[in-house]
Amino acid sequence: MKYVDEFRDPVKAQALAGEIRGLLAKIERAKQRPLQIMEVCGGHTHSIFRYGIQQLLPDSVEFVHGPGCPVCVLPMGRVDDCVALAEHPQVIFTTFGDAMRVPGSKKSLLQARAEGADVRMVYSPLDALKLARENPDREVIFFGLGFETTMPSTAMTVLQARADGVRNFSLFCNHITIIPTIKAILDSPDMQLDGFLGPGHVSMVIGTRPFDFIASHYGKPITIAGFEPLDVLQSMWMVLRQIAEGRCEVENQYARIVPEDGNGAALDAIQRVFELREFFEWRGLGSIDHSGVRVRKEFAQFDAERRYSIPNLKIADPKACQCGEVLKGVIKPHQCKVFGSACTPETPLGSLMVSSEGACAAYYQYARVDTSGLQRKQVAA
Amino acid sequence: MNDRANPLGLQRKRATLRDAHVTMAHGSGGKAMRNLIEDVFLGAFDNPLLAPLEDQAVLPLAGLLAHGDRLAFTTDSYVVSPLFFRGGDIGTLAVAGTVNDLAVSGARPLFLSCGVVIEEGLPVETLRRVVASMRRVADEAGVQIVTGDTKVVERGAADKLFINTAGVGVVPCGVSISAANATPGDVVIVNGALGDHGTAILIARAQLALESDVASDCRPLASLVAAMLAACPDIHCLRDATRGGVATVLNEFASSSQVSIRIDERAVPVREQVKGACEILGLDPLYLANEGKLVAIVPAQSAPAVLAAMRAHPAGRDAAAIGCVTEESDCRVVLHTGFGGQRIVDMLVGEQLPRIC
Repeated sequence: MKYVDEFRDPVKAQALAGEIRGLLAKIERAKQRPLQIMEVCGGHTHSIFRYGIQQLLPDSVEFVHGPGCPVCVLPMGRVDDCVALAEHPQVIFTTFGDAMRVPGSKKSLLQARAEGADVRMVYSPLDALKLARENPDREVIFFGLGFETTMPSTAMTVLQARADGVRNFSLFCNHITIIPTIKAILDSPDMQLDGFLGPGHVSMVIGTRPFDFIASHYGKPITIAGFEPLDVLQSMWMVLRQIAEGRCEVENQYARIVPEDGNGAALDAIQRVFELREFFEWRGLGSIDHSGVRVRKEFAQFDAERRYSIPNLKIADPKACQCGEVLKGVIKPHQCKVFGSACTPETPLGSLMVSSEGACAAYYQYARVDTSGLQRKQVAA
Repeated sequence: MNDRANPLGLQRKRATLRDAHVTMAHGSGGKAMRNLIEDVFLGAFDNPLLAPLEDQAVLPLAGLLAHGDRLAFTTDSYVVSPLFFRGGDIGTLAVAGTVNDLAVSGARPLFLSCGVVIEEGLPVETLRRVVASMRRVADEAGVQIVTGDTKVVERGAADKLFINTAGVGVVPCGVSISAANATPGDVVIVNGALGDHGTAILIARAQLALESDVASDCRPLASLVAAMLAACPDIHCLRDATRGGVATVLNEFASSSQVSIRIDERAVPVREQVKGACEILGLDPLYLANEGKLVAIVPAQSAPAVLAAMRAHPAGRDAAAIGCVTEESDCRVVLHTGFGGQRIVDMLVGEQLPRIC
C-alpha cells in the first residue's frame, strides 16, 4: 500500500532496533531496571501488539500502555446512562462501533439493542445528523466519545445542526481531555515512568505546546509519535536519545501530521461548543479535575444531558478489577488477578479487555505468544 | 412426460405471473402461488427432476454411485443486505455457498434444493434477477436445483428475501478430507486474494461513503477442488473461508488436529483496495468473509503440484502458500508480521467492530 508500506519496512526496523540497543547500553539507569516508556494513546498500543514491536526491543526497555483509549476509560455509570437513553422508545441512539460492547453495570449497548433498543453504529457524527434529518419523528442521540481527536468532528456536527435548524438531534457528551490525565498519572505516588510517547492524533488538533509541562515541570522526555510501526520505533529511539543525552524536551516525530500550534479551525470549533467540566470520572483512575468537557449553555438544545433525565449514578469498578493499576503502568495486563480467567474478551470485567486498543484485550489477543528461544522460521513454502 | 400427471398427453402451457410485487396471495397455495412457482422458478431452473413439481425430487441411485461411494449432504441459509452487491447477489451466494460446502469434502456437488422466504412487497423483478443468478451459478458448478419451497411473510417479518439451499454430492472413493488431518510439516495454501467479499458488502452498504471497485469473490469452487484432488488425492484439510475468514478456518484446523499453524503475513494475498479499506476501518483482512476462497492443508511434497494445478484454474490463479503446520502443542495460529514481529491470530469474539479513531 502506497505511503503506508514505507512505514512498515522490516529492514529499517532492524536498523532502528540496533540503534535503540546502542542507546540503552549508554543509559546507566537501564542496567538497574527496565526503562518504562508510556505510550499514552490506544492507537499506539494497538500498533505495538499488532506488529509485535516489543519483541524487537531488548528487555531493558518496556512499553507501559497508557490511558489513551477512550472506550477503555469510560466508567460503567456512563454506559448505564447510554443504555437508559437508548431505551427511550422515541430515541435512535447512535455510537461508534467499539463502544457497543463496553459493559455497563447491567448490560452493554449491544445487549440493549438485542432487547429492542434502537442502537445504531455510525462512522461519523455527521451520519447521526443525517439520520436525524431522515427520521424527523424520532429523537437521534449521538454518543460523543473520545479525546481531542474526535472532539472537533462532534463540535462541527453540533454547529451544523444549529445552522440547519435540526431539532431532533442531540449529543450525549463524554469527550475527555488528555492533559489533566497525564498530569494525574505523573502525580501518582507509585508512578515510575521514564518518558512518554505522546498521542499523535490528539496533537494534530492541540499541537505540541500543551505537553511542555511534562518536560519542564516533571522532567520527563516526550516524543509526539505517529502510529505506523516505524513511527513508534523511531519515537522510542528519540525518547531514549533524550534520556541518554540528559535532555527533557517535547520532540515531534509525527511532524508530517502534527503542527506545533495544532489545528486552529478544529480548536475554534471545540472552543465554541464545549466547556470544561469541574471533574470527570475515569474508569480505573477515578475522578480527575477538568478532564472532561460538556456542551455549552448556548447549545443546550443539542445537549442530551439537559434534554433527558439521566440516571447519572456512580458505579464502582468491580473489586477484582485492576484496570487502574494497569493504566498507570504499575502492573502489566497479565499480572492482573482476573486477566484471562474472570476477565476475557468474551466476558470483559474491565473495559481494558473490550476495545482492541485496550491494553488487556491487545495483550490477550496478540501477546500470549511464547517467543522465548523461538527462531523466526521461514514459514511459507 | 409424466403420464399420470397428464393422462391425455396434452402440453399445458406454463403459467405466467403478471404481478409486479409479491403479495401474501403468492404464498397461499392457490393459483397465484402456482403462477409464481411456474413462471419464476420453473422457468429459470428448468430441469426434468424438478419439472413434475412433486413434493420431492426423486434421485436415481445408480447415477450417484457412478461418482463415488459416500453421499455428502449440507444446508445453509442466506441472508444478506443489500441483496445485490458488486460481484454477486443473494442468489449467487445461495448456490455457490452450498456447492462450496459440498466441494470442500472432496464431493462432486450434484443436486440442490431452494427454499425462499419472501417479504411481501418484494418486486417480482428482483426475485427474477436472483433466480436467474442461481441458475447461472448452478450451470457453472454443474449442479441442478431439483426441489424447492416458497413462503411469503408479512412486511417486517423478514428482510426482503431469505434463501435456504441444501445440497447433495458424492465423495469419490478414497478421498478423505477432515479438519483433523493436519500434520506437522504440511503446507497451508489459499486460492487467491482474501477479504474481497467482506469488503464489497461493507462498501455496498453505503454507510461509509467509501468508493472502491472491489467485487465479491463469490464463485463455485467444485471444479477447482477436483483439479486439486487430481494433483494430490491426499489433501489433508480443506474448508471454504466464509464468515470469520481464513483466521477462523485456521483456528478450527489447529484445534481439530491438535497442531499449531504459522503463517507469513507477506505471503498472504490481499488486494491493495481491501488493505486500504481495512486500514481505514481498523479491520483485519484475515477475518473478513470470502465466498470463493478456500484454505487447503496439503503434505509438503505435494504442495508444488497442488499450487500448479490451482494456478492453472481460473478460480486459483493467485493461489499462494501462506504458511505451515508445526507440532507446537498449544494449538495456536501465529502470524509472522511483515514487520518482523509475530502475534497470535485468535478466534474472533463477536463481530469485528470498527475502531473509534
